[in-house]
Amino acid sequence: MRIELQDVEYRYQMNTPFESLAIHDVNIEINPGSYVAIIGHTGSGKSTLLQHLNALIKPTKGRVIIGERTIESGRKEKQLRPIRQKVGIVFQFPEHQLFEETVEKDICFGPVNFGIPKEEAKIRARKALKQVGLAEEILEKSPFDLSGGQMRRVAIAGMLAMQPEVLVLDEPTAGLDPRGRKEIMDMFYQLHKEQGMTTVLVTHSMEDAARYADEIVIMHQGTVYQKGTPFEIFSQPEQLMELGLDVPDTVRVQLKLQKELGVRFDHPCLSIEDLALEVKRVMERGSR
Amino acid sequence: MGEKLVSLNDVTFKYEGQDRNAVDCVSFDVYKGEWLAIVGHNGSGKSTLAKLLNGLQFAESGSITINDIELSEATVWDARKKVGMVFQNPDNQFVGTTVQDDVAFGLENLGVQHQMMVERVQNALNKVQMDQFLNQEPHHLSGGQKQRVAIAGVLALQPDIIILDEATSMLDPRGREEVLHTVRELKDENILTVISITHDLEEAAKADRIIVMNQGLLYRQGTPDEIFQLEGELVELGLDIPFSVKLGKALREQGLNLADSHLTEEELVKDLCELNSRM
Repeated sequence: MRIELQDVEYRYQMNTPFESLAIHDVNIEINPGSYVAIIGHTGSGKSTLLQHLNALIKPTKGRVIIGERTIESGRKEKQLRPIRQKVGIVFQFPEHQLFEETVEKDICFGPVNFGIPKEEAKIRARKALKQVGLAEEILEKSPFDLSGGQMRRVAIAGMLAMQPEVLVLDEPTAGLDPRGRKEIMDMFYQLHKEQGMTTVLVTHSMEDAARYADEIVIMHQGTVYQKGTPFEIFSQPEQLMELGLDVPDTVRVQLKLQKELGVRFDHPCLSIEDLALEVKRVMERGSR
Repeated sequence: MGEKLVSLNDVTFKYEGQDRNAVDCVSFDVYKGEWLAIVGHNGSGKSTLAKLLNGLQFAESGSITINDIELSEATVWDARKKVGMVFQNPDNQFVGTTVQDDVAFGLENLGVQHQMMVERVQNALNKVQMDQFLNQEPHHLSGGQKQRVAIAGVLALQPDIIILDEATSMLDPRGREEVLHTVRELKDENILTVISITHDLEEAAKADRIIVMNQGLLYRQGTPDEIFQLEGELVELGLDIPFSVKLGKALREQGLNLADSHLTEEELVKDLCELNSRM
């Protein structure tokens, strides 16, 4: 399913003394099967943008096209449920939303709520649990007896059981240990690769954006500052740093080496292996 | 290494209904003025250690001594005055309606005189550079600012030790930097000894000493240099190694003649410069 934002503006508390402009002139296309990373400071409008992707909020100007549907300001929209089922948002710290007595009930809550028969929901719960790498034994446990990492996975399984076409992830690995982080990110990437899941990742991690995304959108002061492939975006690292954003570790070291060694790299290196190779190359070239 | 501030001797602790000890026969010392990082996978016992150090839980066996006070239910209130704690979630530890009320909360509990309280609150907020925000409400603050207020709340009580229990893990990179910078200054001014429980290996690399926890056991302790030489072992424990160590390794695999390990990018870049000038 394709999502497109056209000239989207959103103001909080319109027509009150507290009115504030959160995002403006936002134009983004999310094509089916793509992996888009959205990057920006806290307060750059990422979260507001995210809520437009499944019509949790309606633009105050412009339009959001989600599949066949168009969400516009000034028009009452009914029947938003199908959109919510097709575009699933995993919010930050989703484990805070667990509430049921057992893991199974918690995972089934969403699908049942959307009219899926109980038996079918249970089958989906098992499948989702497997996808997030948990054993079936925990189905009968209380989600509150699980470790933090397991709770996170159960919450994600709850979203997968809805069988969305687009998965929107808001900082899905915050607070996890390094292995947990890698496992979760790899799991989402596998879903993306194997099942063609359209994925939107909101993150502060430039490493993750560089490693997984096909396209990066940089949000700054409520609007799109830059769009492009990781390669394009990190070819101009100085620009990002001026905004106070990080660049991947590899790119930062490249910049330092360019300055200290007086060498030039031909392209931004987005992996350690590539950087090591390039460093060797430029040093040998320099010595000749 | 200086004066011992905290000693743990064979400390063991188990949560009710769990088969495995959360902390199993752990012994180590913390020295005055150091920055000690405790790392380990989720569920390795790190946070339990923090709770034990602050008397939020009590050891089943073994003993914990803080500044010559042996921690027990009888001494916990005295011990707690020595140990301040900052938790993970900035929103769960803001108790006041304004910044200054929040910092004053602990002092009120201790019955500190009003004039003294005003002074200490002001001082503490100066130290974390939040003195411009005295009457702000918490929801106007960023995560990093909230954590700095939490640190001020600890400072106002004038403890010897601050424990950061994954205090930066919910913050964005800028907030994380703010908080670590603040704590580092306090440590450098010899105001506090720091115990930082963290997943952030880049942060641990800058500590004076690291303790690695695994499945409730103390797996290893040493300087960052010593610990990060474990490389693969750490990864097997679910941890990671700092970027500069990984890159150094990759460069050596490319045949570059570099020294063993670099805990910071600066060291690595410097070494590469030297190598380049010799080529």
